[in-house]
Amino acid sequence: MTFAHLPALEVVVPLAAAPVAVLLRRAGPAWAVATAAFTFSFVAALLLAAEVAANGPISYHFGSWPPPWGIEYRVDALSAFVLVLVSGVAAAVVPYSWHSVAAELPRDQAYLFYAMYCLCGAGLLGMTVTGDAFNLFVFMEIASLSSYVLIALGRDRRALLAAYQYLILGTIGATFFVIGVGLLYLMTGTLNMADIAARLPPLAGSRPVLAALAFITVGVSLKLALFPLHFWLPNAYAYAPSSATALLAATATKVSVYVLLRFYFGIFGLQLVIDSLMPQILLVLSLVAIASASLVALWQSDLKRLFAWSSVAQIGYIMLGVSMASPEGLTAAVVHLFNHGITKGALFLLAGGIALRAGSTAMSCLHGLGRRIPLTSLGIVIAGLSLIGVPGTAGFVSKWYLVLGAIEAGRWWLAGFVVATSLIAVAYVWRFVEAAYLDEPGKAAPEPEEVPRAMLVPALAMATACVVFGLYTSWTVGAAQRAAGLLLGGSP
Amino acid sequence: MSGAQLIAGALLVPLAGAAGIALAGRRPNLRETVTLATAALLFACVLGLARIVLGRSTPQLFLLEMLPGIALGFRVEPLGMLFALVASGLWIVNSVYSIGYMRANNEPHQRRFYVCFALALSATMGIALSANLLTLFLFYEMLTLVTWPLVVHHGDADARSGGRTYLAYLIGTSIVLLLPAIVITWTLAGTLEFTPGGILKGVGLSHAAIGGLLALFMFGIGKAALMPFHRWLPAAMVAPTPVSALLHAVAVVKAGVFAVVKVIVYVFGTEALGGTDWLPTVAGFTILAASVVALRSDNLKRRLAYSTVSQLSYVVLAAALLTPLSVTAAVLHIAAHAVGKITLFFAAGAIYTAAGKTEVSQLDGIGRCMPWTMGAFAVGTLSMIGLPPAAGFVSKWYLLAAAVELEHWTALGVVAASTLLNAAYFVPIVYRAFLRPPPCAAAHGEAPWPMVAALTLTAALTLALFFRPDIALELAQAVAGG
Repeated sequence: MTFAHLPALEVVVPLAAAPVAVLLRRAGPAWAVATAAFTFSFVAALLLAAEVAANGPISYHFGSWPPPWGIEYRVDALSAFVLVLVSGVAAAVVPYSWHSVAAELPRDQAYLFYAMYCLCGAGLLGMTVTGDAFNLFVFMEIASLSSYVLIALGRDRRALLAAYQYLILGTIGATFFVIGVGLLYLMTGTLNMADIAARLPPLAGSRPVLAALAFITVGVSLKLALFPLHFWLPNAYAYAPSSATALLAATATKVSVYVLLRFYFGIFGLQLVIDSLMPQILLVLSLVAIASASLVALWQSDLKRLFAWSSVAQIGYIMLGVSMASPEGLTAAVVHLFNHGITKGALFLLAGGIALRAGSTAMSCLHGLGRRIPLTSLGIVIAGLSLIGVPGTAGFVSKWYLVLGAIEAGRWWLAGFVVATSLIAVAYVWRFVEAAYLDEPGKAAPEPEEVPRAMLVPALAMATACVVFGLYTSWTVGAAQRAAGLLLGGSP
Repeated sequence: MSGAQLIAGALLVPLAGAAGIALAGRRPNLRETVTLATAALLFACVLGLARIVLGRSTPQLFLLEMLPGIALGFRVEPLGMLFALVASGLWIVNSVYSIGYMRANNEPHQRRFYVCFALALSATMGIALSANLLTLFLFYEMLTLVTWPLVVHHGDADARSGGRTYLAYLIGTSIVLLLPAIVITWTLAGTLEFTPGGILKGVGLSHAAIGGLLALFMFGIGKAALMPFHRWLPAAMVAPTPVSALLHAVAVVKAGVFAVVKVIVYVFGTEALGGTDWLPTVAGFTILAASVVALRSDNLKRRLAYSTVSQLSYVVLAAALLTPLSVTAAVLHIAAHAVGKITLFFAAGAIYTAAGKTEVSQLDGIGRCMPWTMGAFAVGTLSMIGLPPAAGFVSKWYLLAAAVELEHWTALGVVAASTLLNAAYFVPIVYRAFLRPPPCAAAHGEAPWPMVAALTLTAALTLALFFRPDIALELAQAVAGG
């Protein structure tokens, strides 16, 4: 094992951990294997990110077959950044899962949870690191199939329905995506993403290429829950086990955004994307997503559903950045992808703690939580401020670049829209604050005992990260700016 | 100690104090000792800074980069120095008062109260010492958020609705108007550092564009309570009186007008604003309209709140006149209004504590039971009207001088009319208190001694600032000249 194989090991280790977890058949050992695998992945991702920052992109040839014949793994500024997010969140959620899974799942299913968790994480990491379009599809399926199982493991019977809904829509999405990839293969005769990009320019205006663009857009938009293809998301997030929700909310949709960025700017190229009017379409859809999902979130009677709808809105902000197709816009999209990942991860982890102590995350169960479980409540307030985009939190950095992008493009109304809709986030976050700190605890009050430390520490660590990356931004913004430059420069 | 260490001290001492208060938990004596010690230590840090600033040097402290090219930075110039001195000095007095008030009224959640108070002071110091717009914005929002728990202290329906109004106006204006204004400034000037002479001087905007950007800033700084964004201030009066006194008469509202002066002097610069003339009109309107509302309010705290709205616009008006004299007036008025208004609120809280009275119409003859309180109230009243020998006279003098020098008759008329209005809504209170016969059942004395001591001290300060305005004046003239 040498340093040079890190891009492969990043994915292979958690992938191999899944069957090991199944063979062990006991919760404890399976948990230990998952913890070890994702801790390794996280360290590897940090090393890769440092290597990329120092020496430029890494190209890894699987089995030493050179591309375009073999499968290429490619780590550059953008993929290294996403790898750190995915592996970091996955590594933080595993320790949390120990208590949470024990409380929410039957004992004999726990090892299956960890096996699926490893598969899902490996799939997401694979999607990020691969440079091969078909390989990407394979990893997408690995991540999706395992996430259907993760959702279905939720203790509420409605989890089955949510998983089924997601299964149907997710499969349609994957099918659309693979049709798009097939069309590209038809036209260029290659599946290596860099190679497709090199062969595409002479074919740029042709119908199959435009059809491929359309199919891939729809397929990936389903996966990333862009309005109006978001209907699977709120139920899936609300009824899945708490730790599965945290993993999926923080990473799954973000990796899909990453895939879209790769295909749009890395393969089709800026010019073709602009000619196909995609920016205008995405702009309209993201505006509707932001406004409508934020308002729907405001009226939810359950905290997890509220956060789920807020995710739909926040994905709208990310896609708004993508639709600007400018350096500031893409910087905003990439940095918000990261910032929203840690923010929502923290929120769902903390909401899981509430579910454990209060028995439910219904708004009516939150009364007086501020005094009963003070640290968890404080964590939600901090991450909630990041969701709003208060200065000093990660969310503010994203908002700054979105507003900057809108103003530099001369779209004043868009800047106004972004700041005005973030007020809706104030309103829905404050529903929690008022319930937790001003309402007196009701009769069905939870036991006044803080969440177990193994759950609290990762959750609060992620909430703290929301503040750290709001004040110390040179790493996140720097990576996002390099990624934006890379994407607009046209290389994959 | 060096300037940078003192700046760090000014920011961290209240934070550490908040942690200490939280740890002291349910032991009231320990908690209050920590509060007082923190306040004293903070004032010592600020005094140390003042010595350096009066020695004509500029302490600064730059921490990490918040965004590429924009640091989390602090630089102490005379205006911020004065604001920090006023806020931290009055915090000591206010803490003494709070202890009397909170104990006498058996207020709940006292730990939360003192923790949030200390956090609010840290945010105020951050605003006062900030070196650029982004740092100011960061602490500005923090101040809104940490004072919200103080506004909703009682947790009942009134407090909640007051708290919602408070957040809606302050967060709403700052996110929707102020943030875009800051981003626009960044795209135009490429810097957000406060610079003498302004950073928008050479960017070549049209008068209309400058006027529009100024509007985003002025209305975006909702804490300055420029009409029509003033409603949060009366709404915040549901808070316990010590909060109204220090935060909603001194720290929060002064953070607003401080930011206004800072933006006018150090972001636009008087040169760039030359062709923009709508601001004095809006400020003048706010002064008069708020006074009229105050005249019609029977509730004492509400009357004081509208008087604050009106007095804040004095500062805005003075800054908007853009001459050295008027800027001096603006800076002086920040200090003068602070000591006067805190005295009035202290008195209102003392009346509530000792007699349970909240309405002006209930105050007949109360001066005989509470001579110290009402005597201090009378001094505060003098300062609000702008009569000697109170601090308000000095700043009003400079403002009038500036208006005459500019031949700005509107400003002159507004100040004259508002002086009459101020007299019309304050003098009757003093008259009732001392000259009307008390109702038969008036069996109460003064409020607890810490409260009386606090309000006597601030009344004395109000007078002292008239007789010895030297330090305040020196700092003010340094702002105006620089």
